Amino acid sequence: MPTPTPEEVKGLVGGGAGSPVIRKILDSDILYSFRSSKLTMLAATIVFLCFFGALFAPWIAPFDPFDPAKVFLSDASIPPVWQQGGDPRFVIGTDDQGRDMFSAILYGLRVSLAVGGLGVLLAAVIGITLGLVAGYMGGRIDAIIMRIADVQLTFPAILIALLIDGVAQGLFRGLPREQSAIPVLVISIGLSFWVQYARTIRGSTLVEKNKDYVHAARLVGLPAPIIMLRHVLPNVIGPVLVILTINLGLAVITEATLSFLGVGLPPTQPSLGTLISIGNKYLFSGDWWIVAFPGATLAILVLAVNLLGDWLRDALNPRLR
Amino acid sequence: MLAFVIRRIMQSAAVMLAVALIAFLMFRFVGDPVNQMVGVDTPQEEVARLRESLGLNDPTIVQFGRFIGNALHFDFGVSYQFRQPVTRLLAERAPATLELAFTAAAFALVVGLIMGVYCALRRDSWLAQLFQAISLIGVSLPTFLIGILLIYLFAVVLGWLPSNGRGQVVKIGDWWTTGFLTTSGLRALVLPAITLGLFQMTLIMRLVRAEMLEVMRTDYIKFAKARGLRTRSIHFGHALKNTLIPVITIAGLQLGSIIAFAIITETVFNWPGMGLLFLKAVQNVDIPIMAAYLMLIGLLFVLINLLVDLTYGLVDPRLRIAMRS
Repeated sequence: MPTPTPEEVKGLVGGGAGSPVIRKILDSDILYSFRSSKLTMLAATIVFLCFFGALFAPWIAPFDPFDPAKVFLSDASIPPVWQQGGDPRFVIGTDDQGRDMFSAILYGLRVSLAVGGLGVLLAAVIGITLGLVAGYMGGRIDAIIMRIADVQLTFPAILIALLIDGVAQGLFRGLPREQSAIPVLVISIGLSFWVQYARTIRGSTLVEKNKDYVHAARLVGLPAPIIMLRHVLPNVIGPVLVILTINLGLAVITEATLSFLGVGLPPTQPSLGTLISIGNKYLFSGDWWIVAFPGATLAILVLAVNLLGDWLRDALNPRLR
Repeated sequence: MLAFVIRRIMQSAAVMLAVALIAFLMFRFVGDPVNQMVGVDTPQEEVARLRESLGLNDPTIVQFGRFIGNALHFDFGVSYQFRQPVTRLLAERAPATLELAFTAAAFALVVGLIMGVYCALRRDSWLAQLFQAISLIGVSLPTFLIGILLIYLFAVVLGWLPSNGRGQVVKIGDWWTTGFLTTSGLRALVLPAITLGLFQMTLIMRLVRAEMLEVMRTDYIKFAKARGLRTRSIHFGHALKNTLIPVITIAGLQLGSIIAFAIITETVFNWPGMGLLFLKAVQNVDIPIMAAYLMLIGLLFVLINLLVDLTYGLVDPRLRIAMRS
């Protein structure tokens, strides 16, 4: 078969404006470094599978663990299929209420990744905004924002998240837990992880704001918010991707920890942390699978996200090339 | 130098004031303190009288002043759930948390140091590789999962160690209780201390390894080798000594984190400490305990940071010059 000409390739990948972009990606150092590390590819596969499973949980999961009509107490605490008393319907067993563990984990992943992802995004938005404002405005505003950041950085994020969670629960006391739990967790994670973004963005903004294009934009008479958003932001946003990835692992751990401690998601709407917390009660009766599988899922997910974040940091760092 | 010390102390005081403000705002505005104290059938006049007697009708700034005044006397009010003074509740549980944190820190420091030195000196041995792998897991696994794993292994399967509580405690003095003096107390301490210290242990191990590898490359080590000194005295007399300064700093800074992270470990092992009390307070929106714990942890972190900064100023001559300008 003859090798396709560039025109044919263009036709194959959709052509038009898209093809130079795809070319650029295929030729990039990043893809090369990705393909040369087996561990990174494995980690990326795991993360992809987790996101895929979480996104399509209602279609993949063999059971709907939240439909009371389909969950029977007579199915409770069935061990995995390879153990004595296993049931082929439930490959990795059922929990104390007769819910299929595999389905429960898929739905738990969905909640965990949603809360972790939204929390990290909120943190990024807060951090980028404050970092831009601090770096661009300078002066007193800068001093105040960075002082708050310094103080917050001396405390562990999990402690701050726990505190915000407690306060938010006090404020939302009227609402049922099912409705308030996810927003409260997202806010707690967002407010405990913004500092790193703010510091990074502020640092690069300080450099960018003295460059000619910013001076030019100012001379033209553009208002400060427009300059910050349209001109400075695209030039400082690069490192955020790495922080986002690394923080996703931390955010998932934070959510799981809060849920495990009983201040996160309720058992009616379980995340991985809630599932682990439920399973922890049955550790002594020998029903190890109720805690082991959600725990392993959480551990593998976090490890894979961390590996991916480490790789991304090295791959995007020009000094290491 | 004196100017630096004074400025640094002022900064710490400002931070503490900010923490106090947050604690006060929580105390005052999250949930009405009066509603927590009275029953549903308490007459309105009674409620109004209580409100007046608690000073809740005064201007906010006066209330804040009084809050700080009380805090300076370690008076944080009465817990909503236990109906007891918060200070007494915290003081009763402080020994459990402090003993756990101290043991965890000692474990992290000693084991981390040994593993780190070994990894630096025998870089390519299989044991060093194993230590590196363990450290990766220690950083990635959440604390509570490590605790559950240890409980399952050593308490459920092997049955060697207890999985919850402090065991038998002995009373020392007026209020301090210790688990150090009984066998069951010491046995109960093992699993929680390892769980709590594991993260810091991996941190110290990685730090010691990196610092030690750095130092081993320096000229004075080469010179010591050229002088024909024994390997052991080069490794431990010269190299290790010079890696210890940053290690001790980090270990000191981590002490606050250990006490904060004790919340999770205490929950997993049902350890009757301050962290468990704080968690119950968060679950039940018991604001006085939350506020007091916040102030306590804040004070701890501020003191540790202050101490580290001041010691650095004393030890490092470069910093002293920088301070003068």
